[in-house]
Amino acid sequence: MAPTTGETQITTARGIEVVVRQWAPASPAAAEGDILWFHSMAGLAHTEETLDALGQRFRVHAPLWPGYSELENEGSVEDMLDFALLGWDIADTLGLDHPHVVGHSMGAMVAAEMACLARRDLSRLVLVAPYGLWLDSHPIPDIFAVLPFQLAELLLADPANAAKLLTPGQDMGTDEGLAQFMVQNARRLGTAGKVLFPIPNRRLSKRLYRLSAPTRLVLGEADALITAPYGEAWQAAVPHADLVTLAGAGHLSNLDQPAALAEAVAAFLGA
Amino acid sequence: MVNFVFFNLMPWPYLPDDFREKHRSVWVDIDSKLFDPVKANTVYHTYMDQLEFAEELGFDGIGVNEHHQNGYGIMPSPNIIAAGLARRTSKAALCVIGNSIALYNPALRVAEEFAMLDVISGGRLVAGFPVGTSMDTNYAYGQIPALTRDKYAEAHELIMRAWAEDEPFAFDGKYQQLRYVNCWPKPIQKPHPPIYVPGGGSIETWDFCLDHDYNYSYLSFQGHKAGKLLMDGYWNRVAERGKDESPGRASFAQIFCVADNDAEAEKLYAEHLLYFFNRCLHVYPGFADAPGYRTIKTIKAGILSQVRKENQSKFTNLTWKDLVEGGFVIAGGPDTVREQTEDMIKNLRLGSIFTLLHMGNMPDDKTRYSTQLFAEKVMPQLKNLWPDYASDTRWWPTPLEDRVVPEQGLDHARRVATKPEGAN
Repeated sequence: MAPTTGETQITTARGIEVVVRQWAPASPAAAEGDILWFHSMAGLAHTEETLDALGQRFRVHAPLWPGYSELENEGSVEDMLDFALLGWDIADTLGLDHPHVVGHSMGAMVAAEMACLARRDLSRLVLVAPYGLWLDSHPIPDIFAVLPFQLAELLLADPANAAKLLTPGQDMGTDEGLAQFMVQNARRLGTAGKVLFPIPNRRLSKRLYRLSAPTRLVLGEADALITAPYGEAWQAAVPHADLVTLAGAGHLSNLDQPAALAEAVAAFLGA
Repeated sequence: MVNFVFFNLMPWPYLPDDFREKHRSVWVDIDSKLFDPVKANTVYHTYMDQLEFAEELGFDGIGVNEHHQNGYGIMPSPNIIAAGLARRTSKAALCVIGNSIALYNPALRVAEEFAMLDVISGGRLVAGFPVGTSMDTNYAYGQIPALTRDKYAEAHELIMRAWAEDEPFAFDGKYQQLRYVNCWPKPIQKPHPPIYVPGGGSIETWDFCLDHDYNYSYLSFQGHKAGKLLMDGYWNRVAERGKDESPGRASFAQIFCVADNDAEAEKLYAEHLLYFFNRCLHVYPGFADAPGYRTIKTIKAGILSQVRKENQSKFTNLTWKDLVEGGFVIAGGPDTVREQTEDMIKNLRLGSIFTLLHMGNMPDDKTRYSTQLFAEKVMPQLKNLWPDYASDTRWWPTPLEDRVVPEQGLDHARRVATKPEGAN
């Protein structure tokens, strides 16, 4: 049965306004718990099949980071501590008690920080294609030095899936559509740059010893950014984490393989 | 009073003919094997000699700037060049346009070095404070794009306070915290050297200049025709803000090629201009504009064309005719150049001109020929285009009258030691 979906705008204790997209089972009693979902540097697509699927079993709360909503408040976060505390402030404002925390890409980097900062405040943790570690032997390609038309190839196993990121009616071929994209891109990646630029390493590795929540790592087999050696590095740093690799998925596995991603997450959280 | 500044970008003159085809960018990830330090020994001295020659010819200022990992600027530290010039010149303003103040932590270093330059030169410094290009600031020097302007604002505050305050003070900045700020030495010029803020078209920069009465310097290589629209926007803003319209508020970079006549200009200089436009400006567009570097307001004002796939080869086939007709360069015999320059100064309402007379791989003899013709046959007639503002001294250094002139004292500097008073 399709989940109920909605969108709410909250104000955290620090006074930061946040748009939160939500999914919940049609029958509230059937919910298996709360998921706090932190999206990637690409933001949430208009239609998120992964979250549609998870919403059939869990109450899913997916906040949009500053810069990723229509609220023009990207100046409210400046560094990793701002992001991580905003994540917990969102959980508090939503009244979530020991939610599962799932982060994707940049969102996973923040989710891991949150799990290190307040190790007893979450249930389970899923890190999908997590940024946060840096290996000199495997430098992550620089997403800030590619042109818009090159991004799709870098982020997706099937570049055609990039179309899912466009808002309905947006046409990159027109000046207006391109202008809209440039503004959106500047606000989003400008915000992402605060934790990812120029090297996406904010010394999380020093704090990972504190990560005690049951943890699953999910990597896309075709991810050009967070490659297999990063999976190994994460497992070395978080020995109790298991690792699932998704076939046919690039960095944005929510667009390449939404059903498989939902399954990998649900199987772990529902265990 | 119009101030003419001889500017040398210090381009690397040995980029290969197939540079554009074989290399993706002249900036940031330029192939470092193309740099030859042995050849550079001559290149640096040739360029510094040209700057000294310009003073000799009567230019009001000599200009240097800061770029990093850049094939058209081998001058990551303009202060080093300016220090050399300070010892070998004595009349021209030293225009360091400028130091990218957001790059230095603490930015106090800029306050100190600029103060040193001002003191050594006897009060001849023009201090430039660029935000810096995205190539330099974000990609080469790793500053977080969305925080660059905030960091710039803080660096500016620190430098100005460091120059102004008479007592040590604590500076509790977001990016730099200093318990005892005590700038030592301080500049000769009070309250501070004239400040020039180079902008490439950021709207916020206009207001910043007007807030502080700094000179807005539009530095592009697009020339006076393309620059007109932007400078009109600036002067409209000046009027809206109710500020006086002194031409000293504006300066502009323009390429000049002067010869005996128009045909000779093409014959002598075309290949070197084309070297500049077709090789030196071959910048990978992925480095042009890190997301977050420009403000949303500026993006909306529109410079989108450069990222479009079909426009990636826009500058590949420029010809001399394109450059002259497009106003990228003011070229020709002295009369042609003088007329067009006068129009430019009046149309754009300019107090200072950064003349680009050496460009690309132009050899020394041609550079000197063009520069001397400009100094003797163009500049003198254009010096006094703004008689109403002759007494407006806000925008240009007023050096010490009796400053040290070290280049006249070479024998003195190298004299053998004699026993000082008190020695046995």
